[in-house]
Amino acid sequence: MKKEQGHDIYGLMGEFLTPEQILHAAAKAREAGYKYISAYTPFPVEGLAHAIGFPRTGVPFLTLIGGLGGGLTGFGLQYWCSVITYPLNIGGRPLNSWPAFIPVTFELTILGAATFAVIGMLALNRLPQPYHPVFNVSRFAHASSDRFFLCIESRDAKFDLAGTAKFLQSIQAHHVHEVSNAE
Amino acid sequence: MSTTPPPGDLPEIRRLDPVLEPGHTYASVTDKIAAVVLTQPPTTGWIVGFALSFTVVMVLFISLSWLIIKGVGIWGINIPIGWGFAIVNFVWWIGIGHAGTLISAILFLLNQKWRTSINRFAEAMTLFAVACAGIFPLIHTGRPWMAYYMFPYPSTMGIWPQFRSPLIWDVFAVSTYGTVSLLFWFVGLLPDLATLRDRAKTRAQQVIYGILSMGWRGSAHHWHRYQSAYLLLAGLATPLVLSVHTVVSFDFAVAIVPGWHTTIFPPYFVAGAIYSGFAMVLTLAIPLRKAYGLEDFITMRHLDNMAKVMLATGLIVAYGYFIEFFMAFYSNNKFDVFLAQQRLHGPYAHFYYALILCNILTPQLLWFEKMRRNVAVLFVMSLVVNTGMWLERFVIVVISLTRDFMPSAWGRYLPTFWDYSTFIGTIGLFVMLIFLFVRVLPAIAIAEMRELVHEQSDEEKS
Repeated sequence: MKKEQGHDIYGLMGEFLTPEQILHAAAKAREAGYKYISAYTPFPVEGLAHAIGFPRTGVPFLTLIGGLGGGLTGFGLQYWCSVITYPLNIGGRPLNSWPAFIPVTFELTILGAATFAVIGMLALNRLPQPYHPVFNVSRFAHASSDRFFLCIESRDAKFDLAGTAKFLQSIQAHHVHEVSNAE
Repeated sequence: MSTTPPPGDLPEIRRLDPVLEPGHTYASVTDKIAAVVLTQPPTTGWIVGFALSFTVVMVLFISLSWLIIKGVGIWGINIPIGWGFAIVNFVWWIGIGHAGTLISAILFLLNQKWRTSINRFAEAMTLFAVACAGIFPLIHTGRPWMAYYMFPYPSTMGIWPQFRSPLIWDVFAVSTYGTVSLLFWFVGLLPDLATLRDRAKTRAQQVIYGILSMGWRGSAHHWHRYQSAYLLLAGLATPLVLSVHTVVSFDFAVAIVPGWHTTIFPPYFVAGAIYSGFAMVLTLAIPLRKAYGLEDFITMRHLDNMAKVMLATGLIVAYGYFIEFFMAFYSNNKFDVFLAQQRLHGPYAHFYYALILCNILTPQLLWFEKMRRNVAVLFVMSLVVNTGMWLERFVIVVISLTRDFMPSAWGRYLPTFWDYSTFIGTIGLFVMLIFLFVRVLPAIAIAEMRELVHEQSDEEKS
C-alpha cells in the first residue's frame, strides 16, 4: 500500500561536526519557522534543548512524588505495625516511638525518589523503544560517537523535501540524509 | 588594588597534571574505550586472572554449601562472641562500596572533573562490594532460607519486624543502597550501551547491547531529562551513602557493650568507609590502567587526588581512635577504661598494634608528593589500608565481645578454616566480577569523556 506523498519519509537529517555548529543550526531552524525539530548528539550539549524549544523536563516533579510516597509508606508501615496491628509493650515505652522510625522512613524516601527519577526519566523519554526511523540512516551510528545530527520531521507544515534539504545545506550541514519510514 | 589573575594563570594550578592527556578527539576516546569490550581478544593475563578468581569462587560455594549443611557451628563463633568474621567482613565490604558512590555522586555535585574517568568502575566496585557484603548478614542468621523474616510481610503468624532495632534499619539501608547504586550505574551506562550497540561487530553484541541500551538515541530531549535525573540521583545518593554506614555503626553504637556505645561511631565509620573505599579504587585502578593502556585517561592527577582523599579520611579515622581512648579515660567509666587497656595489653593487642601501623602510621608517607606519584608505593599502600580497615572491624567486634562487663562472661575467639575460606571466597567473587565487568562493559564512562574532550577544546580556544 503506497502512502500519500511525504509519509514514507520521516524527515531530513543534517550532519554536523561540532557542538557549536549544531547549536547554531538548531537556532537557525527555529528562526526559519520549523516546529518539529530534533537533535541527536553523542553527549549533552548545553543549551541545545532550549534551542529546539524544550524547556521543562518533568523529572523533578516525579522525583518529589516518589520521595513523598516512599517516606509516607515508610512511616505508615512502621506506625501500623508497631501501634495498630502488633503492639508490643516493652517497659511501658510509647508505642509510637517515632525517633526510632526515622532511619527506615529516610531510606524509603530515598528509594522512592530514586526509583521514580529513573523510571520517570525513561518513561518520559519513551524508552525502551527498540525501533525509531532515525536508525535507518546508516551514518546515524556516529551519533553515539563523534557526529551531531539535526532532524527536521516531515510532519512539519513547512517541510518540503527539496526546500528543507536546501535549507540544511545553507546552515552548513556537512551531509544531508533522507530518513525513511520504511524498515 | 591589584587584579587577581584568572585561575588558569596561577602557576601552581598550571603545574597540575591534566585529567585527560591532550590530543584526544570524540572518536579517539570512543574507539579506545569501546575497543576493550568489542574487539580486543582477552589477554593471557585476563584469562589467568579470571581462572584464578573463578577457582576462589568455587571455594566460596563449597564453604557456603558446607555451612548450609552443618550450620554456623563450623565457624569459630561461640557465646559470648556471636558475631565474629561474618560481621567483620560485612562491615568491611559495605565500607569499601562507599567510595564508588562518593566519587559518582558527591564529586559530581562538587563539579570535580577528575571523577569522570574513574566513576564507572568505582560504581561497579560499589555494586560488587555490596553483593559480597550482603552474603554475610544472610548466612550469619543460621537459617538463610528464612531470611525473608526480616522484611515486613503479612505472615500467617501475624508477627511483624521490630522497627526499633538497628538490625532492621540495616536491612532497609543496605537494600536501598544496593538498589540506588544499581539504578545510578545503569543510568550512567545507558548512553555508553548505545555507543557499544552502534559499534557492535557481531550479531550477539548487537542484540545484547541493543536490548540493554533500550533504544537510546541521544536526542536533545533524552539528554535533557537524563541530565535532570542524573543530577537528582546524585543529590539523593549523597545523603544515602552517609546514612548507610551511619546505620551500620548504629548496630554497634545502640548496644551498651563497652567500646561500641559511643557517639563518635557514625562519623568515624563513614570516614573509615571512604578511606577503605578509596584504597580499593586505587587497588583496582592501578592494574587496570596498566593492563589496558588507559594511562591517558586515568592520569597521575587521579592517583594523586585519590591518595590525598585517603590521607584526609585516614586522619579523621586516626582522630576517631584517639577520641575513643580520650573518652574512655575522661568519662572514667571503669568498663570503658578496662576495654581501652585490653586493646593495648589484652590477648588481641597485636591486632590493635597492626591496625595502628596500617591505618595511621604508614599512610603518613602520603604527605610527600614523591610517594603519591610513585605508582608502586600507592598500590602497596592501598593494600595496607585495606588490611588495616579489616583489622579495625576485627578489633571493634572481637575485643569488645570477649571483654564485656563480667569476667564470667569473658571468652576467646578463634576463627576456623571455614571462616577464612568464606572470607577469601568473597574476595574471589569480587575479583571475578571485576574481571567480567572490564570485558563486557565500558570501564570508563565514554559519553562523559567526550564531554571532557569538548571542555578541553573550549579551554584551549579561550
